[in-house]
Amino acid sequence: MTTYKQSMKGGATGRWGLGKFKLLAASMVLAASANAATPPTAEVNTTGLAVTDDIVTVGILHSITGTMAISEIGSVQAEKLAIKQINESGGVLGRQIDFVQEDGASDWPTFAEKSRKLLRQDNVAAIFGAWTSASRKAVLPVMEQYNGMLYYPTFYEGLEQSPNVVYTGQEATQQILASLNWAAEEKGAKSFYLLGSDYIWPRTSNKIARKHIEDMLGLKVSGEEYYPLGHTQFNSVINKIKLRKPDVIFASVVGGSNVAFYKQMKAAGIDFTKEDPLLLTISVTEDEIRGIGGENVDGIYASMKYFQSLDNPNNKEFVAEFKKAYGDDMVIGDVTQAAYLGPWLWKAAVEKAGSFDIDKIREEFAGIEFKKAPEGYVRIHENHHLWSKTRIGQAQPDGQYKVVHETEELMEPDPFPEGYQ
Amino acid sequence: MFDGYTSSELMSIFAMQGFAGLSLFSVFVLMALGLTIIFGQMGVINMAHGEFMILGAYTTYLTSGFFQSYLPGLFGGYFFIAMILAFLVCAALGALVEWLMIRHLYHRPLDTLLATWGLSLLMQQTYRSIFGAREVGVDLPEWMLGAFNVTDLVQLPINGLFVMIIALSIAVGLYLLMYRSGYGRKVRAVVQNRPMAEAVGINSAGIDRATFALGCGIAGVAGAAFTMIGSTGPSSGQAYIVDTFLVVVFGGAQSLIGTIVSAFGISQAQSTMEFFLSGSMAKVITLLVVVGILMLRPEGLMALKVRR
Repeated sequence: MTTYKQSMKGGATGRWGLGKFKLLAASMVLAASANAATPPTAEVNTTGLAVTDDIVTVGILHSITGTMAISEIGSVQAEKLAIKQINESGGVLGRQIDFVQEDGASDWPTFAEKSRKLLRQDNVAAIFGAWTSASRKAVLPVMEQYNGMLYYPTFYEGLEQSPNVVYTGQEATQQILASLNWAAEEKGAKSFYLLGSDYIWPRTSNKIARKHIEDMLGLKVSGEEYYPLGHTQFNSVINKIKLRKPDVIFASVVGGSNVAFYKQMKAAGIDFTKEDPLLLTISVTEDEIRGIGGENVDGIYASMKYFQSLDNPNNKEFVAEFKKAYGDDMVIGDVTQAAYLGPWLWKAAVEKAGSFDIDKIREEFAGIEFKKAPEGYVRIHENHHLWSKTRIGQAQPDGQYKVVHETEELMEPDPFPEGYQ
Repeated sequence: MFDGYTSSELMSIFAMQGFAGLSLFSVFVLMALGLTIIFGQMGVINMAHGEFMILGAYTTYLTSGFFQSYLPGLFGGYFFIAMILAFLVCAALGALVEWLMIRHLYHRPLDTLLATWGLSLLMQQTYRSIFGAREVGVDLPEWMLGAFNVTDLVQLPINGLFVMIIALSIAVGLYLLMYRSGYGRKVRAVVQNRPMAEAVGINSAGIDRATFALGCGIAGVAGAAFTMIGSTGPSSGQAYIVDTFLVVVFGGAQSLIGTIVSAFGISQAQSTMEFFLSGSMAKVITLLVVVGILMLRPEGLMALKVRR
């Protein structure tokens, strides 16, 4: 690609001839000054990525059709916003970012196929994408085979650490441990009821939660229950909760089930603002509340690293920009913010390495910071996850969370927690 | 399994679980009635049934938005109008679909299966384009929220009672229509022997279209009712379709009574087991029992006995 462009330039110079000498001279001066800031392509791209003298191409791979589109569209919006902002501030190593977007269509084999296409055909320098654990697991072998780099935004169950993935969301312990400590210390909770959808993320999360509650805190788990994805009848479990009277319901129900669950809790006369029982969720962001309805979740607590209502200058600017780009009625959830981090962390790593080469970037990851993060400040750990704070928010009737607790220190990411498996 | 509960708590368990089972039963009945008359009458397996339900739900969503903006004073009663609109919209679309697609595919059950599945994908993507991929929240009037407190432990959700009443009214109405009206007599004649019904002058094509529209309309009402207890999103219909087919096939595809009996059996079994086992295990056991019974009675619980 590079050689093609260079020969084009040679030809053009020939045709212009002497008559255009001044213009040519001026453009040469311009080119020379640009070169001072923009290292030559041959230096920053030794592995044949889609990098030219002024453009670098990246990939965006999310579901924009199918059942997961509801969750993934926010991530796409955030990634595009970050790319636009980076371009406006001068790009990466003097190059503007161009992106190729592919649709994973909520289908895991499609994710694998599209990631192969992005890496082999488009030679993208980075992929921002995947959302569910299933789609990440489908993309993973492709990333490792062709040495790509995936920036994965979702909070997830942990137990994974690939040299070809950067995890910009929280792994399970970052979301769970601090929130259980908070419930025990601040709210005096003694018993917990664990409830989730029946797949890997809630089950792994609840396994960690149970260990922490029983072994570390010395408290009681009064029930643990899973319902199939898409389940819409929660009357039985609501009855069980009423009888067992746990202090805390620890919920990791996802998708459409969420809507049914909270509506039926409310209909069964459970008022979350009374905190009897208190409901603590790790799966309901502002995005989900739009579907559930703010009045149905009024008073629940969520453990996340980001809430739209966070009060810091970075976040104010981010929320304003996001709404300017996509409309005033937009809400921003935890994962959307994590997706926004991806392009910025990539840019920082590329600039530190002085190269787009995947292998060179990888060596530089540990310690990369992003001080303009809407969540405040993040840093990449050598295990490719992010150091970030855990925050507890209480849902308000307008669908926003009010932050009620925040860990003082950044939580260390620990994808293989000892004593919790 | 009864350890740790006092006898008064046990009484409450049974009362509340009975009610939970009944509300699950009414949900099943609402879902399955539309499907069963279409399947029973025309042998068409309507894979887009869930999407018709969601069309009803979106109609409710739009109606609620309209009332909030233009007639806030009447908001308390909007739900009844929404249900009627949902029925009309879904029935109209059903008639159109029958005319454009289904009537060309009679006697080819596998092709209708594929065609209606394609239709369901089409409808899902249409919802996604119009309403966005995110679920929408349907606001309910105040009086529909909350619960009756019978005792400290026993609480009956008002919207559960409401769904129950809708389900019963529709079931009774459908029974009267099928067994006490001229239209119903014609439908039953066509089901039992189509060539002979045509020979005595029944317009079977017209009956088919009316029945398909009726089935879709009922799906629309079900969708309107489900906005109270479930989610309204482009793919929410998928959550119901499996259970719906389960109820219809288990009950015997051509029998209204069979559908109701099977809905009752499955819902009670499911909610009782959900209480004592985990949710996923309850589902597994229910499905196993249904498979076992269908092996013994392949036609379902209440097969229509006619000479073939």
